[in-house]
Amino acid sequence: MNRNARISTLLRKHGVLIALIMLIIAAGFSFPQFLTYGNLTNILRQSSMIGLISLGMTFVLLTGGIDLSVGSLAALASVIAATLSSYGNIGLMVLVPLAACGVLGLMNGIIIAKMKIAPFITTLGMMMAARGIALVMTGGISVSVDADIVNTFGTIAQSYLFKIPTPVWLFFLVLVVGLYFTNKTRAGRHVYAVGGNEEASRMMGLRPDRVKIVVYTVNGLLAGLAGIILSSRLSAGQPVSCDGWEMNAIAAAAIGGTQLSGGRGGLSGTLVGVLIISVISNMINLQGTLNSWWQSIITGLMLLLVVIMQSRMEMRPKSRRKLTTAERF
Amino acid sequence: MKGITAKKQQRQSFELQLHLQKYGTIYAFAALIIINMLLNHNFASLGTLWNLTIQVLPTMLTSLGMVLVISSGGIDISVGSVMAISAVISGMVLTGKVPVVGSGVGIAVAFALLCAMLLGLFNGILISYFKIQPIIVTLILFIAGRGIAQLLNAGGTIVFYNNKFTEIALYRIGGVVPIQLFISLFFVLVIIFLLKKTTFGYYIQAIGENPRASRLSGIRTTGVLLSIYVISALFAGLAGLFESSRASCADPNSIGVLAELDAIAAVAIGGTSMSGGKAHIMGTVFGALIIQLVSIMVNMNNIPFAYSRIFKAVIIIVAVYLQREKRS
Repeated sequence: MNRNARISTLLRKHGVLIALIMLIIAAGFSFPQFLTYGNLTNILRQSSMIGLISLGMTFVLLTGGIDLSVGSLAALASVIAATLSSYGNIGLMVLVPLAACGVLGLMNGIIIAKMKIAPFITTLGMMMAARGIALVMTGGISVSVDADIVNTFGTIAQSYLFKIPTPVWLFFLVLVVGLYFTNKTRAGRHVYAVGGNEEASRMMGLRPDRVKIVVYTVNGLLAGLAGIILSSRLSAGQPVSCDGWEMNAIAAAAIGGTQLSGGRGGLSGTLVGVLIISVISNMINLQGTLNSWWQSIITGLMLLLVVIMQSRMEMRPKSRRKLTTAERF
Repeated sequence: MKGITAKKQQRQSFELQLHLQKYGTIYAFAALIIINMLLNHNFASLGTLWNLTIQVLPTMLTSLGMVLVISSGGIDISVGSVMAISAVISGMVLTGKVPVVGSGVGIAVAFALLCAMLLGLFNGILISYFKIQPIIVTLILFIAGRGIAQLLNAGGTIVFYNNKFTEIALYRIGGVVPIQLFISLFFVLVIIFLLKKTTFGYYIQAIGENPRASRLSGIRTTGVLLSIYVISALFAGLAGLFESSRASCADPNSIGVLAELDAIAAVAIGGTSMSGGKAHIMGTVFGALIIQLVSIMVNMNNIPFAYSRIFKAVIIIVAVYLQREKRS
């Protein structure tokens, strides 16, 4: 193996991780307050909610699907949690939103797997419907968490465990379970198999329908969890919150190397993708003079860079993978 | 005997399905109109019709571009951002913020559409030459495009007092028929001609059906794909211009938000398969009308607007379910 080939393999395998490290080094040199404990935990805390959704999204993308409904589901969960706060029972405030989002995710899965409607359309419908339900429930206004329970409920997002915010622990827990699931269990390999070639996986005796239903349900549950964390952090449920989270989650997974055609990628890449987006956002905040719209422009450029790099590597004659543009949108 | 009747029934249900695939959207539209007439006595008036034709135009234009994209097996989620950019650019030219080109209406329109087409070219090049998936490419422009539109005028709304430009969207032929009706009709005919009478149209659908076979049979797939995304962006640019002309202002934060999803929903309701292939143009037209009619219906009956999202979701899923193509 000559040197160039070695560098190109290194870039292909760890290019995004290298980019993240370079970004952190650059930020550390430019902004002295970047590498402080407070700022770093802040970045992690901000990543945790979008991170949870991105992890679920990665599973969906691995099966060759897509889920546009997660932002609306998270908003719905935050609204349900806040509405139930008047009962003063924290179990209710956590379990009911989770159950609701799980059921709606399950509905996504059943419609996609059994009724054979394209994931984009199904989850587009769910995106509209869940947002509609959240708006109808609240009449379009923000619902605040009841004063009696606001402190207890607030611990979910605002407390620390070993000096690290609790939502970050939740995110890492889901990440570790997910990594174990994809890399060490048979069911995890089924997710890749279904995304790689659904027909072949069916012929090999797997059940693509079941895999898809589980994946969309899990994604619904994680969106619900993110929504609960959000409402705990804001002490309110906002029906118009979480707008565009689905696109950020897809961008994070794509930056992390998960391909939207299914079967390729993984959770560790998504972690890097989420962190890159959060670090960029944090740098823009620290810089102070740049406006928030630079965030979207820079995220877009980052995504552009990654996909162009990926496509150049794919086009090497060495990889004999079929080049399809329009096969699966 | 029993076998024969069973076969007959099977055949009948198959024919019913074909029929639904072809005309289902029109039935759904008719049903919605009848429901509206029963619910509200003021519905059956010319005013409602003109309202519908005026309000539906942006969705109609973006859906017509989208039907080409989807029938080629792709998707374009950047149309909302392109709408915003084209609207902001037209506003900037009209208010004289782009010093080089002057501030005429014609120049504003031409410049905005040119920029929209450049954005489409960006999409098209990445999709056809770099072989990157359409959804990722247009996601880049979806994310970055909105930021660019905000950046162009520092996030603010451009208000312009240019009567000539505003008149375009308010013009009524003979003082009655809104010009939007003719614009819609014109572009529907253009797309029908493009898809049914030109080889280019057949190439699009062939690529959607089987990209590999199309390439092997000598279709220049890269060129065709490139032009589709340019056309889609051009339609999005036109839609953005009409939005800003009707409101006589250009707000980069609100123009075209969720427009791409409305357009995709219209195409899907119209029966075009998301995996590409045959394009149903009339279905798309009625799909766009249905989407707009639901909003009007909710408004006219004093139902909270949030319900319209739930209605739309149900209509989309049911329509797509009824029209799905049976795979062997």
